[in-house]
Amino acid sequence: MENLIGLLVAAPLLGAALLLCGGRRLDGKGHLLGTALALASFVIGAVLFADMLGRDEHDRALHSHLFSWIPVGGFRADVAFQLDQLSMTFVLLITGVGSLIHIYSIGYMEHDERRRRFFGYLNLFLAAMLLLVLADNYLLLYVGWEGVGLASYLLIGFWQHKPSAATAAKKAFIVNRVGDVGLSIAIMLMFTTFGTFAFAPVLSNATDASEGKLTAIGLMLLLAACGKSAQVPLQSWLGDAMEGPTPVSALIHAATMVTAGVYLITRSGAIFNNAPDAQTAVVTVGAVTLLFGAIVGCAKDDIKKALAGSTMSQIGYMILAAGLGPIGYVFAIMHLVTHGFFKAGLFLGAGSVMHGMNDEVDMRKYGGLRKYMPVTFVTFGLGYLAIIGFPGLSGFWSKDKIIEAAFAKGGTEGWILGGAALLGAAITAYYMTRVMLLTFFGEKRWVPDEQGNEPHPHESPKSMTIPMIVLAFGSVFAGGLFSLNDAFLKWLEPVTSHSHGHSPLSAATVTAGTMVVLLIGVAIAWVQYGRRPVPSTAPRGSLLTRAARRDLLQDDFNHVVLVKPGEYLTRGLVYVDHKLVDGVVNGTAASVGGLSGRLRKLQNGYARTYAVSMFGGTAVLIAATLLMRAV
Amino acid sequence: MNPVNYLYLAALLFTIGAAGVLIRRNAIVLFMCVELMLNACNLAFVTFSRMHGNLDGQIIAFFTMVVAAAEVVVGLAIIVSVFRARHSASVDDASLMKL
Repeated sequence: MENLIGLLVAAPLLGAALLLCGGRRLDGKGHLLGTALALASFVIGAVLFADMLGRDEHDRALHSHLFSWIPVGGFRADVAFQLDQLSMTFVLLITGVGSLIHIYSIGYMEHDERRRRFFGYLNLFLAAMLLLVLADNYLLLYVGWEGVGLASYLLIGFWQHKPSAATAAKKAFIVNRVGDVGLSIAIMLMFTTFGTFAFAPVLSNATDASEGKLTAIGLMLLLAACGKSAQVPLQSWLGDAMEGPTPVSALIHAATMVTAGVYLITRSGAIFNNAPDAQTAVVTVGAVTLLFGAIVGCAKDDIKKALAGSTMSQIGYMILAAGLGPIGYVFAIMHLVTHGFFKAGLFLGAGSVMHGMNDEVDMRKYGGLRKYMPVTFVTFGLGYLAIIGFPGLSGFWSKDKIIEAAFAKGGTEGWILGGAALLGAAITAYYMTRVMLLTFFGEKRWVPDEQGNEPHPHESPKSMTIPMIVLAFGSVFAGGLFSLNDAFLKWLEPVTSHSHGHSPLSAATVTAGTMVVLLIGVAIAWVQYGRRPVPSTAPRGSLLTRAARRDLLQDDFNHVVLVKPGEYLTRGLVYVDHKLVDGVVNGTAASVGGLSGRLRKLQNGYARTYAVSMFGGTAVLIAATLLMRAV
Repeated sequence: MNPVNYLYLAALLFTIGAAGVLIRRNAIVLFMCVELMLNACNLAFVTFSRMHGNLDGQIIAFFTMVVAAAEVVVGLAIIVSVFRARHSASVDDASLMKL
């Protein structure tokens, strides 16, 4: 069984290699090859899952040592995989949703002439992401971490002929680098503290290290998570990342890659459990982001950017839960999985709508689409109900648990976090209802584009609707299945450990409270967008609305605080380089040149000049000798 | 006769030769001035030999003559070939330096 783990990564990696190096010969069938290898990876994952279920719960982790990567003295880096319950959850999510999105892309990218390359990148992403979650040490995790960053960059900028896509790709890459610096520093700190960076020794010895060091490692890991998972303050890239093709947004920027930060924090739980200050930082980031993303999501008219704000906010929930410690790890991962289903479904739905509407993304130009796209409408609707936490659907089970866990943190902190999570739930209900109403209800508001093409909304082909239907099933039933007999809790507990906090509010009170804020959110959205006709150009809006449309001024903030000082610094450095460094170098060169020019004059080629110096020299020597003798 | 007078003569001859080397431009004249200096030295050697009463100086004078003879052979050959190439025996014309 251990040998199969390597194959999980190898299958999509082979696909990427073949598709990217295979050239035009594979143009015709390349997408099928890519999809088949993604499915193969999923099948291997399923086999391993069945095998894992057959074993005792404390004996489930598999370990597979491939080879020693860098053995230098005391330093040892191995390429070794570890498949425990946590990794297994991710493997199934990544390969499952990944395969569905491969299938969807067959239809979505049908008319794109670079489709083979697209599938190559998707396979590359799958391989890197699987490496990330299967690694048994932080260094190999880092390799996967950078790999998904590369795949994300390539896919955001897939339509690189659009300047906006090329810029967005660069932005995502650069912002992610900031986070990656955090991860590399964390790994170095681990090595100096523990002498190794394999999961098992680091995490089991975490209690031996001083709290200061653990806090430092924790904060650096949090920085890494902020970059990859688009959390405040490194959130600015996610909205622009929507320039990529929609299946990419669904797979990478909603379901899998952006949740890598949650994985990292949950995996490093032993470090955070012993560093309360780092945990406080994590919950703060989570709470701030869940509100930040939700507010941004309310103001966007671009359907994908509204969903991107929502993704940011939902990952905020996960980070918040992960920061709560053993009370929250399981629920963070549970929300991650259910979110993977419904958010991927929502994005695929948005892609389907765009497919039918000539790639229009402005929701104010949709309206009344439920009659034209019944399948998209139903699957999107189920995803919508799941994300707002409609009772019985996936989001209800996972989000409710997180809100409960936030209250269970206890003390003032618990009230603040719980309050933020509840407020976030209300805003989620509001903005998702808004998306739903603008897109599928009301009057049709679409207009011909610049070339005068009237959009003819139509249902998408089967290859696109089937993945949406499968994901809709997941959105509806996953949460319920996970919560049946606390199945998910029992599954993950051996890895992440779990403790029930002491909530000041009973579970029923929290659920009731969530329902109330949910209804309030839906009602406000209905009053604003359901009852009244929607103007097809956005009204000016309040100060907050205008700020939220500009992503709460995140780019302006970055520009003023980071870019401008950076520019001044580089300008200053150029000045110093020009005047000081170049001045010294050029000055030395000029004086040496001048001196040698003068020295050169001594050599004039006339024999008598040399003779004079010879006679002169001899005369001086003789004079000196005589003088010495006289003295 | 006081042998010191020979030394004065040798110094005079050497000075004339040296001045010729520095002042004249014709390679042949230059060459003759060099010979003059060599012979002034020889004269000084022989005089010292006489003054000190041993033969060392005379032997060195013979060596000098041999070397001078060899030098004349090589030097004249160079001068002749330079004259053939440049149609001039002036030592200044032989300078190829850029100034």
